Amino acid sequence: MEYFLELACSGLVRGSIYALIALGYTMVYGIIQLINFAHGEIYMIGAFVALIVSGVLTIYGFSGVSILILAALIAAIYAAAYGYTLEKIAYRPLRNAPRLSPLISAIGMSLFLQNYVLLAQTPDFLRFPSLIPDFAFMEPIAHVMGSAELVILVTSAVSMVGLTVLIKYTRIGKAMRATQQDMTMARLVGVNVDNVISMTFVIGSVLAAIGGVLVGSYIGQINFYIGFMAGVKAFTAAVLGGIGNIPGAVLGALVLGLAESFAAGYVSSAYEDVFAFGVLVLILILRPAGLLGKAVKQKV
Amino acid sequence: MVDNIKRSVLVSLWFVFLTFPLMVVKVNTLKSIVEWRWLNMLWVAIGAFVLSVLWRWAMARRQLKNKEAEQGEDDSDKTGLATRLMEDPKLYKPALIVIALATIVFPLVVDIYQANIMVLALIFVVLGLGLNVTVGLAGLLDLGYVAFFAVGAYTYGVLNSFYDLGFWTCLPIGGLMGALFGIALGFPILRLRGDYLAIVTLGFGSIAKIVIENWEEVFNGAKGIAGIPRPGFFGADMNITTATIYTYYLMILMVIFAIFITNRLKDSRIGRAWMALREDEIACVAMGVDMARTKLGAYAFGAFWAGLVGVIFAARNTYINPNSFTFMESALVLSIVVMGGMGSILGVIIAALVLVLMPEYLRAFSEYRMLMFGAVMVLMMIFRPEGLIANVRRKYTGRKVTTEGANV
Repeated sequence: MEYFLELACSGLVRGSIYALIALGYTMVYGIIQLINFAHGEIYMIGAFVALIVSGVLTIYGFSGVSILILAALIAAIYAAAYGYTLEKIAYRPLRNAPRLSPLISAIGMSLFLQNYVLLAQTPDFLRFPSLIPDFAFMEPIAHVMGSAELVILVTSAVSMVGLTVLIKYTRIGKAMRATQQDMTMARLVGVNVDNVISMTFVIGSVLAAIGGVLVGSYIGQINFYIGFMAGVKAFTAAVLGGIGNIPGAVLGALVLGLAESFAAGYVSSAYEDVFAFGVLVLILILRPAGLLGKAVKQKV
Repeated sequence: MVDNIKRSVLVSLWFVFLTFPLMVVKVNTLKSIVEWRWLNMLWVAIGAFVLSVLWRWAMARRQLKNKEAEQGEDDSDKTGLATRLMEDPKLYKPALIVIALATIVFPLVVDIYQANIMVLALIFVVLGLGLNVTVGLAGLLDLGYVAFFAVGAYTYGVLNSFYDLGFWTCLPIGGLMGALFGIALGFPILRLRGDYLAIVTLGFGSIAKIVIENWEEVFNGAKGIAGIPRPGFFGADMNITTATIYTYYLMILMVIFAIFITNRLKDSRIGRAWMALREDEIACVAMGVDMARTKLGAYAFGAFWAGLVGVIFAARNTYINPNSFTFMESALVLSIVVMGGMGSILGVIIAALVLVLMPEYLRAFSEYRMLMFGAVMVLMMIFRPEGLIANVRRKYTGRKVTTEGANV
């Protein structure tokens, strides 16, 4: 039973990280129908910036929590800047191109960013300082759920609630929903579609960076390649929940995280990734619209 | 002009900000030292400034071109230099003879190392031609293409180490296995749209590698399979040099075979169906094209070539392990197709030779190779989506049949 709880907990942690990344995929897909392949790289860059900032601050003698907050903040700012620039360079010129073009451009950008970090920093794994402090009140249940895990769950939950509020009740959220429904119509009623798309990338990137910081301090090491796998998994989660659907992405991510965790715990950890892709293929065959997505009839 | 410079300076400042933590700061957490690399900042500033000027110039040109196209200026007569070269028999015939002579003489005049690299480049030419069918003609983006390559290589490796089958027996089996896997993968994803397809094939590519790595009993895991025999020639005894030269000629034949088949197929019924499917799936199905069969055909056919050259790859290296079949190889083949021009056979050949040979000969460049591939993919999509050498479709005019672009 304890083993089960432990697996469930690590599954939830995994799932909430996937969810933070998956939200970026699903938001971008909802608005411009593009799989932003480079999104995983934004997450990786977020983690790297956090690592560098926390490294510098540690050396200059800052302490515990202030490092965590500053590192997360700067990582989020940089991820947002990268996301914004990425959209401007690689996707905006291709907005009216055939569908395959932005996709290939996205793959190119993903390769570029990976190798940019590899060349600018290092190809090796870097040790990520554990920024999250150990809480005393978590002591009794530490063998099932540690402090870091609690922080990850709470932070992701807060971020997701924040996102929901943003989309439901703010001006920019309204503009995003309008653009998602009908881009031309939104433009006609005075929505600045270009800005809305940029904002979508910025918000998605910030969420991914939060995920990056959390994962970095949870797992304890990062390298330039972490974005690739995480990106693919998060995309799987987004498809699982119905791409373009925000609650769906969260649900899909949690399902995927739990499924992976149990598969790794009870079957074999070597085939964990195989399992994730197996889930993806099964979903696409059985229910291509995803768990919460609505099947859209294609019109000519 | 001043405005232009001002904007470029701003862009340059933005990139200095953007790249600051990654390019300038380097933390050594073990020794607690921060390394400040201020020189990098200067390079970024200059580079971003120059690139921004170039970018704006290229964008202006692109807009001009688009406007011209919109105003109905027919640029179908303004075919590129390469196409004109190919059309004129006076020009392309001598060129063809020179190229043929050069390919025949090549392995005899250079050393075995060069010939070996050339074999690798030719392998990628065939891979490019194969993926060109799936991506370029049928428009099905395949990001796990290297998996079929691995299928071919491991078919030979496994059959050879367990059943002692020779190269020539395994060659067709490898191709067929590739095609079989192509169909097996194609079935579940027939109904998916292009972008889902990309991610599923990406997943399949990763799965193939993970399975090979972990299935010790059959694939020998991460250690790989060693001692795979080179291609034989009626049991003749060959040393390394002759074997390499022989493999080279074999690859040349394979490339010619691949060019011939793909070229013929392009103008065949199924080739036209592929292109129609790429342009508009719904219209194509409405016209009575069997979508399932056409898509599976494209998959199987692309995978067939990968399986085939996979066998040759295993024989060339005499050793295979999972690390030869990563996403990087898939990305390399994809950038070959993208850079060469989707659907264009000559373009793919040139792109494969350039992209494979350049890092081999310019060692300093090889470190930046993947970075360049990424940038090339983005830039090609924005500024020259038709590739280096655009694919020219056969056109049927009222009076005569022209065969532009078919004479590769």
